[in-house]
Amino acid sequence: MHTIPLLGRGDFSEWRDAARALAAAGISPRDVDWRIQGDIGLFEASAPPDLPAPDAAAPPVVVPPSFLPLAEAVACHTEPGRFHLLYRLLWRLQSDRRLLELTSDKDVAWARLLARNVARDSHKMTAFVRFKEIAGEAGGRRRFFAWFEPTHFVVARTAPFFRRRFADMDWIIATPKGTASWDGEALIADTRPGDDPGHGDPTDELWRTYYASIFNPARLKIRAMQAEMPKKYWRNLPEAALIPELIANAEANVRAMAERAASDPPAFHYRLKEAAQAIAEPGLAEAGTLEALRAEARHCTRCPLHCTATQTVFGEGPQDARLMMVGEQPGDQEDLSGRPFVGPAGRVFDAALKEASIARDTLYLTNAVKHFKYEPRGKRRIHQKPNQGEIQHCRWWLAREVELVKPKLIVALGATAIYALSGERTPLSQLRSRPIAMQGNVVLYPTIHPSFLLRLPDKAERQRQHALFVEDLRSVRALVSSAG
Amino acid sequence: MAILADAAKYDASCASSGTEKRDSLRSNGLGSTEGAGICHAYAPDGRCISLLKILLTNFCIFDCAYCINRSSSNVERARFTPDEVVWLTLEFYRRNYIEGLFLSSGIIRSSDHTMGEMVRVARDLRTVHGFRGYIHLKSIPDAAPELIEEAGLYADRLSLNIELPTDAGIGRLAPEKRPDGIRRAMGDLRRKIEAADEPTLQTRRRKRFVPGGQSTQMIVGADGADDATILRTSARLYGSYGLKRVYYSAFSPIPDASRALPLIKPPLVREHRLYQADWLYRFYGFGVDEITASIGGMLDLDMDPKLAWALTHRQTFPVNVNRAERETLLRVPGFGLKTVDAILSSRRFRRLRLEDLARLGVSLRKVRAFIEAEGWTPRRLADRADLKTLFAPKPEQLSLL
Repeated sequence: MHTIPLLGRGDFSEWRDAARALAAAGISPRDVDWRIQGDIGLFEASAPPDLPAPDAAAPPVVVPPSFLPLAEAVACHTEPGRFHLLYRLLWRLQSDRRLLELTSDKDVAWARLLARNVARDSHKMTAFVRFKEIAGEAGGRRRFFAWFEPTHFVVARTAPFFRRRFADMDWIIATPKGTASWDGEALIADTRPGDDPGHGDPTDELWRTYYASIFNPARLKIRAMQAEMPKKYWRNLPEAALIPELIANAEANVRAMAERAASDPPAFHYRLKEAAQAIAEPGLAEAGTLEALRAEARHCTRCPLHCTATQTVFGEGPQDARLMMVGEQPGDQEDLSGRPFVGPAGRVFDAALKEASIARDTLYLTNAVKHFKYEPRGKRRIHQKPNQGEIQHCRWWLAREVELVKPKLIVALGATAIYALSGERTPLSQLRSRPIAMQGNVVLYPTIHPSFLLRLPDKAERQRQHALFVEDLRSVRALVSSAG
Repeated sequence: MAILADAAKYDASCASSGTEKRDSLRSNGLGSTEGAGICHAYAPDGRCISLLKILLTNFCIFDCAYCINRSSSNVERARFTPDEVVWLTLEFYRRNYIEGLFLSSGIIRSSDHTMGEMVRVARDLRTVHGFRGYIHLKSIPDAAPELIEEAGLYADRLSLNIELPTDAGIGRLAPEKRPDGIRRAMGDLRRKIEAADEPTLQTRRRKRFVPGGQSTQMIVGADGADDATILRTSARLYGSYGLKRVYYSAFSPIPDASRALPLIKPPLVREHRLYQADWLYRFYGFGVDEITASIGGMLDLDMDPKLAWALTHRQTFPVNVNRAERETLLRVPGFGLKTVDAILSSRRFRRLRLEDLARLGVSLRKVRAFIEAEGWTPRRLADRADLKTLFAPKPEQLSLL
């Protein structure tokens, strides 16, 4: 039996060095007695560790990389059996390299539990340490002191957090399980217990005022509070002294709030109302222009789509355009930016226009439906076809646009646009590329919607369809220029 | 301080997480953010205190019925100067009371003026005092785009509260708010965040712009909207504007309340169920319609929505823990995301028994009826008519209020 006395105050290296020597000599966990010096007794002289002689020929002790962080955390725990557990794991890892991945194994589960306890205690330390300012600066730096009582030996492993966060001030954190300090140059951690000199800080009073005011007495949930802020930490939290009183008065406060009848509004409320009414509606654009129509459409509530879409996406382009193109409805990008044809389909469309030598800024571009219809799916919005009712509601706007722009030729991009413009429900494949004469000497030219090209999975087919679409646009250009 | 903190407590958000990692070592300033947030204290209402949540002023020209600061309320009014807020944030931060600042404000004079003051606080903290902690700013819907742009440079998160799930509700209770304006502002912010996230051509660096994303809040129980409506609205917001979080806040009685609203005990359980449903939607692969389909618009208050779903879809159970896919395992009531990952990792080495699951921290009482494991078959437990009663909470004495 090998007796190994350890300090057991969170210093991982003392266990690591001993364990390495023992494992290299092939000594089974059953033959090692790990002792923590506090257990031996303060006055009993501790025996030197009973380590085997190093054997240069022995194979090196190897562990998977995930073992180290786990073991470092477990070593900081106060559980007396932690060093036995770690050595048992080390031993088993020599024959079963993937042991740690078996999270349901008894030893692995226990080690993980201990590591979680330590991680939690360390996290609570980052949350519940309260610095008190000490009078007098040192070299232009303000000085702070904190007394804290952690459950496990977490001071050394948590100290770097405080250095990263409070770089520009000097601080000392003292605990019964070690101390840490920072002076702008060196971070020093010591495993010996510190003292509590009982510093105070006047800012604590302000903090207590805040704490009491942010509490909502109507939602008392004491168990939820204690689960996250266990009583063992309360002693060093300046705000915790208020808790019993806040809880005791909560119900009375809520009752008083409920019993007080609603009062009359203060005088300035009425002045504000008057002032708001006095402000005239912002000047509207001249009636009968596209601008006026656009402003009116912004508040359209003809169909329920306006509740779910971001905004009305109205048409854009010169009022005297000879060529008008009508799509189906705005998509995700159009809905956000408020402009038609700016998303992926818009880019396909732009490319095709360029190939057909049509300048986009000479066109009047709009959609049959002015609000985006979609189905939310996780973090994305899936486009949905507008139904007949929605198209009919929105047709009113489209008709006004046609009246004002008076184009020679209207290109209907896709079946929805054809239906909205002509009421025609014949399949697009039979209508495509055949101009239809409409009332008022306007010609309707049906073709596909550019998003159709995006949906084609086969590359060759996509190129073929793209060429056909460009061909359509070229004939559109010819038709417009021949229309005089 | 007391007035302006009191007025800020109805904002549910306190998250200080989800932003970039940074510290003050190199800049020799103050503050750090580490990815995960830290809750520095908990109030007896069970809510954490992570950020100094405060209003610049509680004067407001709006008259939203549910709000303590509405213009028709007789609460005491007060205001901070931007310098006072800066001082308070820094001194609180140095004493490790807080993770950062959550600044909101009543609307005074105009939206631009109010937003400008809030941006000034954030700018001073970042540029004058080298503050590297967390900053969450409330953005004002109609504030000028330049102000929002500047706010985004300094803040970790921006939020814009929609408050009520339907446009009709907003129109009735918050007449000055424009729901379409709020949506447009959220859409603009999403576009700005996405634009900043595109690496530039030359340096391949991404611009720093609201790294913690945007969030919003909805009040539960102030208007008549049911849970299905609320969840559909939040699904829409997540999908449309890439929100990091939608917070649900049980409507809680406020001092000097408006006559238009019920003075009731806040529906805390309902709020809790909504969060659970929200999680199912975002992380467990449930569709909103699946969660709300069988419930007639409201979530069951007595059991969590996943269990409720499982009880109405018994044909999908039992699920075999040694064979089922991740998506199926996620639908077992009692299994969380971490548990499912642990099961997937462990079962590569060993066929799992109930004892193994217990060691992973699973409550066997809860899952037993829904799973098969090595040496365990639930014996038609899932078909039992009284299955529901196995999970029902113990009878409780009704409280008076």
